[in-house]
Amino acid sequence: MAAHNILNIKIALIGNPNTGKTSVFNHLTGLNQQVGNYPGITVERKTGTCKLPNGTKGTVMDLPGTYSLNASSMDENVVIELLLNKNDKDYPDVAVVVTDVENLKRNLLLFTQIKDLELPTILVINMSDRMERKGISLDIPYLENLLKTRIALVSSRKGTGIDTIKELIVNYGSLPTEPCLNASGIDPDYFNGLRNAFPHQLLYKLWLVITQDVNFGQLERKEIESNSSFAKTKAELKRMQQKETIKRYQFINDVLKSGQTIDNSKAKDLRAKLDRVLTHKVFGYVIFLGILMLIFQSIFSWSSIPMDFIDESFASLASYTETHLPPGKLTDLISQGIIPGIGGVVIFIPQIAFLFLFISILEESGYMSRVVFLMDKIMKRFGLSGKSVVPLISGTACAIPAIMSARNIENWRERLITILVTPFTTCSARLPVYTILISLIIPEKMVLGIFNLQGLTLMLLYLLGFGGALLSAWILNKILKLKHKSFFVAEMPNYKLPLFKNVALNVLEKTKAFVYGAGKIILALSIIIWFLGSHGPGEAFSNAQEIVSHQPENKTLPQDELGDKIAAYQLENSYIGIMGKSIEPVIRPLGYDWKIGVAIVSSFAAREVFVGTLATIYNIGSSGEDEATIKQRMDAEIDPLTGKKVFNFATGVSLLLFYAFAMQCISTLAITKKETNSWKWPLIQLIGMSGFAYVVSLITYQLLK
Amino acid sequence: MKTTLASLKKGQKAIITDLNIDAVPLKLLEMGCLPGNTVELLQIAPLGDPIYINVNESHVAIRLETALEIDVEFIPDSL
Repeated sequence: MAAHNILNIKIALIGNPNTGKTSVFNHLTGLNQQVGNYPGITVERKTGTCKLPNGTKGTVMDLPGTYSLNASSMDENVVIELLLNKNDKDYPDVAVVVTDVENLKRNLLLFTQIKDLELPTILVINMSDRMERKGISLDIPYLENLLKTRIALVSSRKGTGIDTIKELIVNYGSLPTEPCLNASGIDPDYFNGLRNAFPHQLLYKLWLVITQDVNFGQLERKEIESNSSFAKTKAELKRMQQKETIKRYQFINDVLKSGQTIDNSKAKDLRAKLDRVLTHKVFGYVIFLGILMLIFQSIFSWSSIPMDFIDESFASLASYTETHLPPGKLTDLISQGIIPGIGGVVIFIPQIAFLFLFISILEESGYMSRVVFLMDKIMKRFGLSGKSVVPLISGTACAIPAIMSARNIENWRERLITILVTPFTTCSARLPVYTILISLIIPEKMVLGIFNLQGLTLMLLYLLGFGGALLSAWILNKILKLKHKSFFVAEMPNYKLPLFKNVALNVLEKTKAFVYGAGKIILALSIIIWFLGSHGPGEAFSNAQEIVSHQPENKTLPQDELGDKIAAYQLENSYIGIMGKSIEPVIRPLGYDWKIGVAIVSSFAAREVFVGTLATIYNIGSSGEDEATIKQRMDAEIDPLTGKKVFNFATGVSLLLFYAFAMQCISTLAITKKETNSWKWPLIQLIGMSGFAYVVSLITYQLLK
Repeated sequence: MKTTLASLKKGQKAIITDLNIDAVPLKLLEMGCLPGNTVELLQIAPLGDPIYINVNESHVAIRLETALEIDVEFIPDSL
């Protein structure tokens, strides 16, 4: 047994989803949490430190929620790989299994499996505050005796029982480690053979290695498989797993028969009543639509206040550095590259935080599962799952966290299609582009007395985004030749009032993930674009000042207007200007000139860069970043070839559609690569979406011009 | 004629008699969807699929195609 003088106890927090495991984790660790990824995969790795009695410290690992040790997803593999590998540096000293008192029977399945690993194990029975209301009583000493463990009765909602867990953790050396049932009874001959062939291995571990498709360091699975007496077909193994599950349930049922009493008369079911309304064939959809509208309302109107504030702060910070630092390349890099780059990331924080605030409230309360239930059949027609609803809604803030949220879709085919189509939904980066283009080409008037025409256009673009996602899902569903069994199991948890702490931590975590993940790429690209825009080959770029000021028509210009002209001339001859000009023949049929080309090229960093780039090109520069000015300049721009306005109706609509459909976000491509573990799918996304955008914009422009 | 979970009416209870383990996800078995256990149909989604059941005190939604693979015997008068 491990000694007590270890100063840092490694604790693994294990449990089914929806047992309040994360709440227990939050209680144990407070704000001392780190979120990262497991090496090589995108499963979230959450650890935290915890102060234990007698000055001992604990490192708590919140392992992904799992129903059993039979892994069916990447998240669950992590749990098994860690628990099977004693040499892993994170191998726990003690396992804490969290269960929900209302679902004790089912939750104990995983517990009995963990016990078979012969680890010191503590059983946490959570949500104990609901016992009285549900008429549940437990005989704790009896349960402790039969389950061969120590039990902590906890209410993560009320914060009770946490000290009991800590006390048990510190004294983990005295916890029993023997299994609570003999699972090998399902096929004694088979297991005896296994035991004799590998006497130094834990029997249950061997069994897990045989049945699971996970990496297992010490013992090569080949070694077992080469021994033909242990070879079984997949169907035979599954049958044995089923037997094992039944055997465990028999044991659990026996234990609970005497250890738990439920007075059913007390269980007045709020769940049934709420379900009747929330999954009603009319009200269900009406309520869902209402909630969606509330979310959009908050994302777009409430977050505009902090967003404007951030925008102004970064603009003034940039001009402050420009005027207060000694002029030179470094100052330019800071004020024109780095500060706007960081600003471009920070500006999305309010929207993303609002979105995740709503999503985590909906998930914590149990409502999201009802939406999944309502939407599954509709989504299935498009090759998606009911669970695709969450990514598609999240996509309206940012595709990056949205694509990550597709992870809980079990069916790989449905998950892949969800990942591929999510970037069609109108993310917040498209919003500034839409806003300025709409204000240029759509007159501000009322339709039918109440609807603002510009507002309607914006709504139409959102619908277009969802439509694009569904249409492409439908097409992908037709052409993808991936065989995968339909696999849909959605737990419908009981309704709960969301805990503020859980919601707040979740929002914080997701926002941080966005800032660090997408932020790095956006920042890097902003710097590259700054460089390409402020450097150029040859005389035309380096002598811009002389060339422009010697042109006869510029002789009489006032100083700042001359400065603007020089800046515009420089940009035209910079690397990025040259890139814009070189793609002009390709984009001309869509109604765009080289300046729009430059904006499109630069908006690969992030779509909203479009407006800023046009501002620079249309030589606004020194006269301030006032949107009205940008709009006026864009409106006044005349195409020298056609003599018409550059931003006429046809070009405007063509541009709107291009931004609606084109894949212009490197960060999204990067996350798709990460989640699908292949370059093939992000490439398909890039070519498919941008190709579609090109064709649609081409047709639109040619029809409208 | 065999009756399956898919033919249950709303509010009706049944006992699982057998299931096709190749077509039923293990996760569902682990939630207690096993022969001998009672299952109750709580809700049918507005478009007829999926269905929302209570099996072994697990509340879970599954698709009809999975329900077709689970044989049941009705408990009389459970409606």
